[in-house]
Amino acid sequence: MKKLLAASAATALLAGAAHAEDVNIGIILGFTGPIESLTPHMADSAELAMKEVNDSGEFLEGMTLKPVRADSTCVDNAAATAAAERLITTDNVVAIMGADCSGVTGAVLTNVAVPNGVPMVSPSATSPALSTTEDNGLFFRTAPSDARQGEVLASMVMDKGIEEVAVTYSNTDYGKGLSDSFVSAYEENGGKVTLVAPHEDNKADYSAEVAALDSAGGDALVVLGYSDAGGRGMIRASLDTGAFDMFVMGDGMYGDDLMTAMGSEMEGSIGAVPWSEGDGAEAFNTITSDAGVNGESSFTRESYDAAALIALAMVAGGEATSEAVAANMLDVANEPGEKILPGELGKAMQILKDGGEIDYVGATNVELIGPGEAAGTYRDYEVKDGDYSTVKFR
Amino acid sequence: MELLNALIALSNFVLVPAIAYGSQLALGALGVTLIYGILRFSNFAHGDTMAMGTMVVILVTWWFQSMGLNLGPLPTALLALPFGILACIGLLLGTDRVVYRFYRAQKAKPVILVIVSMGVMFVYNGITRFIIGPDDQRFADGERFLISVRDFREMTGLEEGLAIKTSQALTLVTAVIVVAILFWFLNRTRTGKSMRAYSDNEDLALLSGINPERVVMVTWIIVAALATVAGTLYGLDKTYKPFIFLQLLLPIFASAIVGGLGSPLGAIAGGFIIAFSEVTITYAWKKVLSFVLPESLEPSGLVQLLSTDYKFAVSFVILVIVLLFRPTGLFRGKSV
Repeated sequence: MKKLLAASAATALLAGAAHAEDVNIGIILGFTGPIESLTPHMADSAELAMKEVNDSGEFLEGMTLKPVRADSTCVDNAAATAAAERLITTDNVVAIMGADCSGVTGAVLTNVAVPNGVPMVSPSATSPALSTTEDNGLFFRTAPSDARQGEVLASMVMDKGIEEVAVTYSNTDYGKGLSDSFVSAYEENGGKVTLVAPHEDNKADYSAEVAALDSAGGDALVVLGYSDAGGRGMIRASLDTGAFDMFVMGDGMYGDDLMTAMGSEMEGSIGAVPWSEGDGAEAFNTITSDAGVNGESSFTRESYDAAALIALAMVAGGEATSEAVAANMLDVANEPGEKILPGELGKAMQILKDGGEIDYVGATNVELIGPGEAAGTYRDYEVKDGDYSTVKFR
Repeated sequence: MELLNALIALSNFVLVPAIAYGSQLALGALGVTLIYGILRFSNFAHGDTMAMGTMVVILVTWWFQSMGLNLGPLPTALLALPFGILACIGLLLGTDRVVYRFYRAQKAKPVILVIVSMGVMFVYNGITRFIIGPDDQRFADGERFLISVRDFREMTGLEEGLAIKTSQALTLVTAVIVVAILFWFLNRTRTGKSMRAYSDNEDLALLSGINPERVVMVTWIIVAALATVAGTLYGLDKTYKPFIFLQLLLPIFASAIVGGLGSPLGAIAGGFIIAFSEVTITYAWKKVLSFVLPESLEPSGLVQLLSTDYKFAVSFVILVIVLLFRPTGLFRGKSV
């Protein structure tokens, strides 16, 4: 018995010792709320990158990355702020992978990250407003700003020859930002927007909203919302009342659930989602399928890249601190240097340790521009036979 | 032809949804009004009673679906409805036994009972979320449409389409049947008459030998049935989410009060008044008007009185107006 006690005490000590070398990275995503079906895959991908870093044994001497998850709820700023506070004060995270939705990301950034000097890398916050937020150089994103997505969607709609649309957006920072950029880009191209109407998420019934949009008219309904919440309800009600059968969807509407539920009724609808192709995307598919992680879901690539960039910036700075992440992020993400694909994080860290330079390409061809946000590649898709089919990348 | 198109557009976006919504509200308001008439308090737990009853219906529906049991074109939920009603009866009688009976014996003031019912509401809400979760649950199956827009256009050759969902037709039919049975029961049977007597004058009813506990029990049973039916129809037609039923409480109470609390007929009228006001005031009339009016008069704006965001505000305003000018409601119920 004594021996057992001594043994367990020793183990506890060892565990404690190992614990001291952990570098905590916060993963703050909306595990509950309107994009809850996407976030588990996003978190898995980010953790996959951290695991790869740890397994390579090339990370800073004797240290391991440890992910700590927290719930941003996607919509509740107060809850997200509290969760981020907890990450920083209790878990001592040195950097945050997140948040996900634009509204909570802005709240966490201004209320928690900036005052505490902790850098954030968001994989999916796309509101144009975040480009100009006062961030002391602490905010980065691997997802492109919606200013660009609005342009992409507008030109897709024009290419289809649709010249009159009604727009509905989720009444959030994300929806409003994307809607503004879409409408201005579309009208610049000569299109006519009959009505721009916000919708609240999580209502039981959207027939009244759809009735107003139907009354305004238009050849297609542009839905800039969330696939698990109001956006789905708007499409459902439009199909039921026959108001619209052609939809144009923003990236928040991309989800397999939506296709299973009503893909067959939305034939011909189009949309765009940040995507990537090429070597990086293929390498990412290989490692995710090997690890049993769903890498096809929205923003999984961006999540992997966000976590990988945090780790690489630490190695480049030679220390696992917030300052190192913020200072070296742009260096490791951009040229010059050796191109790094997913699955090559060990090699990248080796190069950095030897004093070399890297250009992290990652799963999404990361190129951080302006105030530290991705330029982005979009996948244009069309709904065919009840499933997504790629038209092209741009 | 233009007039016909206007009529169809109006039916598709206003009449059909409002009639279905009105029936659901009327069934909910009937439950509230019965409790107010007989137990003499506003039952705030009614919305969550609906959620609980519907939850059982959904669970049984899933069980039936997993066994391959169905009703063909009709939703399986109809088959599961009796189970939900039974469970809801058990729940309400149990609550009455544990909670309300204590306060009744003390002859507690109505306002205390209202607060008690709010407590019950939170407990119900917690249990519902605990068992089925806070998310959307889908349990509708069977044929989705009675008439779909596409079929309608092909049939009539009109520009506008009309869709009638199975759930909407079902709502109306069920509501009519349920209301007919309820009125027959209240007006023709001995128990029903004793309930009305108890509601009109408690002391006189007790003197004439009516057993109050029996009246209360029957009331809870009827309320359980009404709540489960209303909740299930609402869930089939729109969506089932526990939180939604909390929001539904306002229009339900507005319906009951507008019609006159304690008056079953008033509850039904109130339900339709609230539903039609909500839908017509937030509807954008541009399309209908552009069919009816000559081209020179066609409106350029949407002709929408209030944005759809203010849907719930409409029932609130009607509620306030009725309380100010006719506190007993349209059908002379009890004053609040």
